[in-house]
Amino acid sequence: MTGERPTGLRGLLPLLRPRVSLGQLTGGLLCLVLGFAAVAQIRSNERDTTFATARQDELVLILSDLGQRSERLRGDLRELEETKARLEQDAQGRTALEEARRRATAYGLLAGVLPAEGPGIEMVITDPDGGVAAFGLLDALQELRDAGAEVIQVNDVRVGVDTYFLDDRNGVRVDGRPLTPPYRFLAIGDAHTMTTALNIPGGVVRTLQDAGATVSIASRAKVTVDAIRSS
Amino acid sequence: MIALIGLVIGVALGLLVRPDVPLWLEPYLPIAIVAALDAMFGGIRARLEGIFDEKVFVVSFVSNTVIAALIVFLGDKLGVGSQLSTGVVVVLGIRIFSNAAGIRRKLFGA
Repeated sequence: MTGERPTGLRGLLPLLRPRVSLGQLTGGLLCLVLGFAAVAQIRSNERDTTFATARQDELVLILSDLGQRSERLRGDLRELEETKARLEQDAQGRTALEEARRRATAYGLLAGVLPAEGPGIEMVITDPDGGVAAFGLLDALQELRDAGAEVIQVNDVRVGVDTYFLDDRNGVRVDGRPLTPPYRFLAIGDAHTMTTALNIPGGVVRTLQDAGATVSIASRAKVTVDAIRSS
Repeated sequence: MIALIGLVIGVALGLLVRPDVPLWLEPYLPIAIVAALDAMFGGIRARLEGIFDEKVFVVSFVSNTVIAALIVFLGDKLGVGSQLSTGVVVVLGIRIFSNAAGIRRKLFGA
């Protein structure tokens, strides 16, 4: 600081007075380059930089992910091609009928209007203190769904897409029907995946135990889900 | 004034030509730009304080950008490129702030 009085914005005016000299021109040229480079950089930054800035291991992960997905899709494609070939050869429509039946069964299982049987797990939640609320049961159900359970039954209620749990004065209701402990979940799907998912530290089982319940999970080679939803 | 015109023309050119940053320049250009910004603010401040010298400005502008890019280049070769470029940006950022503070003091006395 030289101790002069501040000049205000008017102090900028002498800067704007053009003074032509070699140094000024060089400075102007440098500023031109700066502006050009800045704009170029900003433009190149605006482009998709997800991959440009990703680290090598992330890229490898993305690549292997994509590889797996394309493998799976190729499998799907093969299957569909086979179905298509069979449908084309089929004069009497037997294959078409078979296909339609197969799909009807699959959709019936998903919708819960058909009984089902298969490998899976049985989870029993005993609740002596009545500490388990609808929220905890819904968590358990969602965890099972996330872990790939295809068909689920709670006590004698078949679970569908619109199944709900409701806290009631007398306990918990599921789809409007009263649910009495112990809560027994039957789930068909990959037993190992579901058991792991439920037992994750801090996960569903832990939360339920904190609420005073005891949870036992057993994997079964054959789980029979015989409750159906009236459609 | 000429510097300002140059800047405006440069931005306009950049918008019109839509240049692609060459790949080998990509890691160094941002740092060089920040260094150039620092030199520019330093120049404005020097001008306001009445000690502006065109030669000093040009030399500091060029050497700042080259050195900044060189440091990052060296860091890349040593395997600490990202850390070093962060360091350079921090240092240059601090300098830009202090230059801006000098300009502000000169203009508004605050």
